[in-house]
Amino acid sequence: MGYTITEKILLKHTNSKEISPGDLIFVKVDFVLANDITAPLAIKEFKKIGVERVFDVERIALIPDHYTPNKDIKSAQQVKEMREFAREQGIKYLYDGGMVGIEHALLPDEGLVLPGDCIIGADSHTCTYGALGAFSTGVGSTDLAYAMAFGEIWLRVPESIKVIFKGKISKWISGKDLILYTIGKIGVDGARYKALEFTGEVIRHLSMSDRFTICNMAIEAGAKNGIIEPDEITLEYVKSRAKRRFEIFYSDKDANYKEIYEWDVSNLEPMVAFPHLPSNVYPISEVVKRNIYIDQVYIGSCTNGRLEDLRIAAMILKGKKINPNLRLIITPATPSIYMSALREGLIEIFLSSGAIITPPSCGPCLGGHLGVLAEGEKAISTTNRNFVGRMGHPKSEVYLSNPAVAAASAILGRIAAPWEVEVKE
Amino acid sequence: MIYEGRALCYGDNIDTDVIIPARYLNTTDPKELALHCMEDLDPLFKEKIKEKNILVVGENFGCGSSREHAPIALKASGIQCIIAKSFARIFYRNAINIGLPIIELPFAIEKIKEGDLIKVNFIEGLIENLDTGESFKIKPFPPLIQDIINKGGLLNFAKERIKGGKL
Repeated sequence: MGYTITEKILLKHTNSKEISPGDLIFVKVDFVLANDITAPLAIKEFKKIGVERVFDVERIALIPDHYTPNKDIKSAQQVKEMREFAREQGIKYLYDGGMVGIEHALLPDEGLVLPGDCIIGADSHTCTYGALGAFSTGVGSTDLAYAMAFGEIWLRVPESIKVIFKGKISKWISGKDLILYTIGKIGVDGARYKALEFTGEVIRHLSMSDRFTICNMAIEAGAKNGIIEPDEITLEYVKSRAKRRFEIFYSDKDANYKEIYEWDVSNLEPMVAFPHLPSNVYPISEVVKRNIYIDQVYIGSCTNGRLEDLRIAAMILKGKKINPNLRLIITPATPSIYMSALREGLIEIFLSSGAIITPPSCGPCLGGHLGVLAEGEKAISTTNRNFVGRMGHPKSEVYLSNPAVAAASAILGRIAAPWEVEVKE
Repeated sequence: MIYEGRALCYGDNIDTDVIIPARYLNTTDPKELALHCMEDLDPLFKEKIKEKNILVVGENFGCGSSREHAPIALKASGIQCIIAKSFARIFYRNAINIGLPIIELPFAIEKIKEGDLIKVNFIEGLIENLDTGESFKIKPFPPLIQDIINKGGLLNFAKERIKGGKL
């Protein structure tokens, strides 16, 4: 029996001669990361272990992206601890101040996470990097402390689920719709403890940006990792960025899958996830009939804050004003995306429409800062979670969508389809 | 490794955002986290755990964010042990790593009602409902996880690894 891409990468990183799903193994990690919520706890635990130095100063990134620019004294203290730890240990990749970008958009762009890697991050959306053909998964702070100390971690080899997208997707359909559709089909625990491998002709035509969005939300189906086999599009993305050597892996033809789903997505519409679960999805044509008025629109996050996402939003917002009854908040995910958006004139389009531009930050997505919802307010957001209280008051509501639906909704003041707005291309 | 207490029950897909909302994640202090534990889901949680401190929940408990603050907040609130139909994977790891006792009971979770007196015996691998007299056999943890649990969490496991010279 052959191996899946996930199994092959894990096998490469362990001392075992063979592995199979369910095995508990120790794997060597190529890269580890933490943010300003998870790192302070990991640093505290690291210091208790009794190791003096981290395993490798060039394979750790500390990214204070959640509560920065610091929203209060306590969060400033947390970032200070990270900064001091990074300096004391000589950790090479501390992204501080104006270098801060949303970790899962930043690290692939910096060429620090690569195909074939085994990556762990103290952030659940670490699964994003699976889009590069890497094994990448989220863990907690104690796990991260252990990995910083020893350069390895214990893992259970996951069973794999294969999702095949067939057909040809129509205009306005993006990676976000494919993953929302998937979560709607299999549920928020449909891939619990498992690897979720995405393939098929639709995937092969998707940009890296869309692929990152898909793997980013694998965790929302409970998956340990999302993964896409690398191809020319992956290599084109990686080759100018890679800071070290990497290896390409593919699934064997006779690899074993727990489930195989094959869906023709030619007629797929933009999807919207209703409160309070990402699996609670409806196609946009049904949603618009319900006239859902909104108080805030958010375009950003590790899911949909990339340049391609901002371009889509700008295409819809160009020359228009947002509805006066709502706030539109837009977050370019990294400083480099911000700069490109500025040069391409996207920022001017956003500001002219009445949008608020925030610095790169995870703040609004988790109800942290830079746009928190009040009691009873409704938001449509390009983020990944719509749990109770996720973006603010426990009695606020979050709807999840792609950037086109979010931008159209900002103009019309209610959840709207992109084709309801006149778009000049 | 024997815990006895009354059951406090919640449903499926309890996420870490409601266990400890992100607005309180500007600290790592367990006591401070405990003050806000589960408040968005159940404002009476703090009162209820005075009487009922064995958490009995449905599927996919602890889904969402990787914040270790979630099991830390539950432990600091006084929760002795969590019995779930299933756990989300990061929460599962985190609980084991910090030494919060958890156990999966996939086929009989509905046989425990709020307020029932529950005894969990990790050594014998048994959950007993002392009010109804029913008992359920638990699947033992794999040896590696058992080892981490027996040492009191991943940190102690790591310390022993250093003592053993296996760096």
